Amino acid sequence: MAIVSIVVELKDQPGQLLRVLEPISRLGGNILSIVHQRDKKTPLGRIPVEISLQIDEKKVDDLIKIIKSETIVRSYNEVRLITTTSIMLVGHIIHTDLGDTINSIDRTGFAEVVDMHISMPKLNEPSTAMVTISATGKEKLKEAIELLRDVCRRKGILMIEPLNEEPV
Amino acid sequence: MIRIAIFGFGAVGQGVAEILMQRERIERWIGRYEVVAVADSRGSLCSEDGISLKEAIEVKKRGSLPEGKSVMEIIESMDFDVAIEATPTNIETGEPGLSHIRACLNKGSHVITSNKGPLVVAYKELAELAKRKNVKLAFEATVGGAMPLIKLAKRDLAGNEIISIKGILNGTCNYILSRMEQERLSYQQILAEAKELKIVEANTSYDVEGIDSAAKLVILANAVMEMDATFNDVEIVGITSITPEAFEIAMEKGYTIRLIAEASRDGLRVSPRLLPLYHPLAVRGTLNAVLIQTDLAREVFVIGRGAGKIETASAIISDLVDIYGNDRTN
Repeated sequence: MAIVSIVVELKDQPGQLLRVLEPISRLGGNILSIVHQRDKKTPLGRIPVEISLQIDEKKVDDLIKIIKSETIVRSYNEVRLITTTSIMLVGHIIHTDLGDTINSIDRTGFAEVVDMHISMPKLNEPSTAMVTISATGKEKLKEAIELLRDVCRRKGILMIEPLNEEPV
Repeated sequence: MIRIAIFGFGAVGQGVAEILMQRERIERWIGRYEVVAVADSRGSLCSEDGISLKEAIEVKKRGSLPEGKSVMEIIESMDFDVAIEATPTNIETGEPGLSHIRACLNKGSHVITSNKGPLVVAYKELAELAKRKNVKLAFEATVGGAMPLIKLAKRDLAGNEIISIKGILNGTCNYILSRMEQERLSYQQILAEAKELKIVEANTSYDVEGIDSAAKLVILANAVMEMDATFNDVEIVGITSITPEAFEIAMEKGYTIRLIAEASRDGLRVSPRLLPLYHPLAVRGTLNAVLIQTDLAREVFVIGRGAGKIETASAIISDLVDIYGNDRTN
């Protein structure tokens, strides 16, 4: 899944937004937010509208093409993975199939291991690794951590999570 | 005239006695008082007119208190207004403290305790009993030693909804982890050092397996977050398998590791966690630190001494003043 942010310029007339939303819905996109930038009206009287959505990454190009045929696309960018966290693993990480541990995150489609630093001081002694996981959103990251927690519990690996400071 | 009974005469009980011997200091807060009974598991000193605390401490120094009435016999036969319950903690049965506290509340005496066991086992029952009997059950000393926490959350943050409590509730674990962070020595080496310095209690697993932290977390969850939690609700991971390399690797990303007890809507957890090095909870040595997150006041941090004879006694005295005292700031 990709997260895409598109800024389109719409005429200040009824039904304009729908011309953009309809193709998103048709391609199975999930709208995260819509912001009308009324204070930034263009000289031609058009209103910039920023739409953030979640969509299958393979459909991003098609979507942009369709929207371009409907209206003016000022800019768009794909933010594939937006939240990142570091998690520490301590134990027999290698001998419990490290590939499988990483795959449990990577195959979710919404999160992946993007960085890893491992220290193996002695043979048969526990290793220590710092794993960086990125996900498409906060909730998805939480979900990925839950998954990893289950894997670690099963493999007897100590997982040290960051103390997250959720804004109140 | 306030009549006080002290049950349990170990470090904390003696610490309380030492402070109560400073009559001038305490009478300024609560007026006239006498300690009418001091008892430990082997014996007691009792007198309706008040006993000599100096003598009690001296006798105890030479061994144990003289044979006499048991705690339960004192509760049944003597008049006192407030009991200070400082017997050793048993988080499985809550005994002997649980029976002591039940009996005191039932006869209409206030109870101040430093004993986690009875509260972990039967917080709800005891809180309801105290309410029904119109007496106070105070337990500031059970969590975070000298740190103001229970009264802070219940009174000073009144009107707030407490969203989460996260913190370091065990000084031994914090000592070990912060030494590992600084010295990059193994857990075993630091544990040996802590034993030498007598920072570690007799049964180390109680501290390092996270059991002590979990017991305190249950008390906080029940008392200030109005949960109905038991010890078994806490997911517990201790610190024994943390490697020295863990600190090295964490440091590269700007993190350190601490044993954090956390209560929130997601549940109760005690586990080692990564903390940014500059995080206010990343305290060193035997200090305790707690972050209370509320909806109105937002974040409130408390850092202080989580254990120690006089430090813990300080929390007991604060409860005593809270029950009887006149607020001098008014």
